[in-house]
Amino acid sequence: MLVVAGLLLPTAYLLIRAFETSEAALQTFMRPRTWVIIGNTTGLALAVTTVSGLIAVPIAWLTVRSDLPWRRFWAVVTPLPLVIPSYVGAYLYISALGPRGALQQLLEGPFGITRLPSIYGFTGALFALTLMCYPYMLLSVRAALMRMDPSLEEASRSLGHNATTTFWRVVLPALRPALGAGGLLVALYTLRDFGAVAIMRFDTFTRVIYLQYSSFDRSQAAFFALLLIGLTLVLVAFEAQTRGVARYDQASGAVARPPTIIALGHWRWPAFAFCALIVSLSLVLPLTILFYWLVRGLLAGEQMGNLGSAVWNSLLASGGGAVVTVLAALPLAVLVVRRPGRLTALLERMAYSAFALPGIAVALALVFFGISYARGLYQTFAMLLFAYAILFLPQAFGALRTSLLQIHPGLEESARSLGYRPPQVFLRVTAPLMRPGLIAGASLVFLTAMKELPATLLLAPLGFRSLATEIWSAVSEAFFARAAAPALLIVLLSSVPMALLSMRERRGMS
Amino acid sequence: MPSLLKRRFMLTLFAMVALLLTACTQTATPPAPPAEIVRETVVVEVTAEPQVVETVITQPATPGNLVIYSGRSEALVGPLINQFAAASGVDVQIRYGSTSEMAATLLEEGSNSPADIFFAQDPGGLGAVAKAGLFAPLPAELVSQVPTRFRSPEDLWIGISGRARVVTYNTDAINPEELPADIFDFTDPVWSGRIGWAPTNGSLHAMITAMRQVWGDEKTREWLEGIQANNPVVYDRNTTIVTGVAAGEVDIGFTNHYYLYRFLAEQGEGFKARNHFLTGSGPGSLIMVAGAGRLASSPNEANALRFIEFMLSPVAQQYFASQTAEYPVVEGVVGPPGLPPLEELESAALDIDMADLDDLQGTIQLMQDVGVLP
Repeated sequence: MLVVAGLLLPTAYLLIRAFETSEAALQTFMRPRTWVIIGNTTGLALAVTTVSGLIAVPIAWLTVRSDLPWRRFWAVVTPLPLVIPSYVGAYLYISALGPRGALQQLLEGPFGITRLPSIYGFTGALFALTLMCYPYMLLSVRAALMRMDPSLEEASRSLGHNATTTFWRVVLPALRPALGAGGLLVALYTLRDFGAVAIMRFDTFTRVIYLQYSSFDRSQAAFFALLLIGLTLVLVAFEAQTRGVARYDQASGAVARPPTIIALGHWRWPAFAFCALIVSLSLVLPLTILFYWLVRGLLAGEQMGNLGSAVWNSLLASGGGAVVTVLAALPLAVLVVRRPGRLTALLERMAYSAFALPGIAVALALVFFGISYARGLYQTFAMLLFAYAILFLPQAFGALRTSLLQIHPGLEESARSLGYRPPQVFLRVTAPLMRPGLIAGASLVFLTAMKELPATLLLAPLGFRSLATEIWSAVSEAFFARAAAPALLIVLLSSVPMALLSMRERRGMS
Repeated sequence: MPSLLKRRFMLTLFAMVALLLTACTQTATPPAPPAEIVRETVVVEVTAEPQVVETVITQPATPGNLVIYSGRSEALVGPLINQFAAASGVDVQIRYGSTSEMAATLLEEGSNSPADIFFAQDPGGLGAVAKAGLFAPLPAELVSQVPTRFRSPEDLWIGISGRARVVTYNTDAINPEELPADIFDFTDPVWSGRIGWAPTNGSLHAMITAMRQVWGDEKTREWLEGIQANNPVVYDRNTTIVTGVAAGEVDIGFTNHYYLYRFLAEQGEGFKARNHFLTGSGPGSLIMVAGAGRLASSPNEANALRFIEFMLSPVAQQYFASQTAEYPVVEGVVGPPGLPPLEELESAALDIDMADLDDLQGTIQLMQDVGVLP
């Protein structure tokens, strides 16, 4: 209940603020241009989600179920693009692929190309956002694949289906909750993103909201943010509709059974090339440019700040945020999955309501409530973790729900009939079975908290610096070399926990 | 206490050397000083030892603390604030963010705010906080140091440094002598497809608000429509405009002057963009101030005032000129090396009062009507 109350804070705040709004907001709302923007935004969200799925499902399957070369390496690096802040990522893409960017410079000598086709607009936004968001789907689909009972596929195979038909008829439908949860995160992230669409010059709804904040009109901003919540609820309902009432659980507690590995045969190297292509676009390309910035700046004698405390703070806040968020999402997920009903469906929607909001709206909501009702906690580390929990709860919730859906309630019931009390049942039966979901949820929160900005800026203790704030501070004043060092560090540091988690995953499977 | 006495002596000596240096730069330099010499002198003076700063500030027995909400980036003002902290002994705590984020936070916090000082990038942010009645008036001896047009009419906030609006041009595509002196002339169709601008950027909003002051709404609308008819390339902020201009995506861009010097520092003199100052007439050469105000709820009033006093001192004003290429607002301090003096830029825009730049809503409305903004 406390969790839900926390989640409702942003909406409550926006209602209070929007109530003060003037005629002007309504006028803006009635302009046809506003509706074009709503259309733009929805279209972009759907396109990014679809393309992310086309990238994420193959990679998830290849890294869990196939004999892809360097399988573990790909498993560690493919989720990493999630930590690159979108305003930096998009900036890097235009530096590299813009009409007169690095690629054009390379081509000018040998081929005489003086200008590349424009990357700006819908294409650029789709490109940048997809490469930064697909890990949302990747992580949830991977978790689902790992928990999937191989006997389902064996049954399909024994009925005469070949591997391909089995994938389409058995595996993919069973992945539906994971695809839904991951896809929803991608779509909602696209709705709330500001940095990438701004740099790619594509008008979306968040640009309208930011414009209001930058002209110091909080009421109009709140009015539009509420509309965004409306759009979110429609998407969430749509996802719930497609998921339907189907059940995805399995009776056995077959954690011990590792999934069968399918030999790719002559597809091994094309699959390898696919992973390499995605990673080079989403990770190698941005990192190369960052490295170039760093070297160029160092050669020009740029001063580098000390990043020690920023590194420590980032790890502490993101790690803490991941733990707190998963713990907060857990009861909600259990309730929604085990006690389905109208009330819990409502809870589920509420869980997502704040996720599509631009971070600044959520941060201001917490400023508003924090200063009035939680003075002692205001701008403390605890407050920051609380903000992360509200911001990122849907990410953890989606992953937890997916893995809970795969666990047959009978397992818990039989444990209870054997004399275990509910908390014991949870700790000894449910939690171990949920492990891939818990890990996926925690990693998602960790990776996105690493780059979180507005809440960190407004709610962290005074003088708190994280890698994300260092990058932001430097980039906004064109200190590119000084931004490159923390940006490279953020990727490097995030890969360490990802590698550790992936090793645990493997141990869990074998 | 011989050691203390010795220290005192050293300090005095330091102070005298510093004073001499300042005096030299001020008296010995002609109106357009050779850039290199000024830069040299200033760097030594500002960054060498914090003791130099102590001549400006007296350190009490219990310095106490100070909380600053800064809409100015740490990369720009961090070193200077650190010098204040070191010299005064005050425990300074800073929250950095964008000016609009910090202003919105202050408005939410109201009189419960832990902040003593709001240090903002533009007059719009200061105006929004002043309008909400959250600032306390500043004492006359502080505000009198800065020209009237660079501060709030009720003395609620004060300008600390200034930035000029400029036209940044690509050095391959443009001969600077052919550039117009009046920003209105960029509505000419010869500029079709060659202009870059950032319609969502706060500084551009400030310039358009100034246009409405000087030209009136009708001519401003004409300018906006004329630029829009020239199919300008839309960027998200000033730094991307400068990148775009240097890369040759566009020939010219409307930006603030000081970003260019960052690019030159990192990428060398081969960077293909330079600034054109619109010395002709009109709001194209608007000087915008970054400034600060003291929150009425401020728990540390004395330190807040000492901070503002320090920011107006020659040391701090010279820091802006030499380190961030901004214009000092206190008269008699040498401007950024190699840039046209403030008076020259302002000949036409002198009447623009920073406090009149707070009708941002009207500006945004106008830009939306013309179809420049979503």
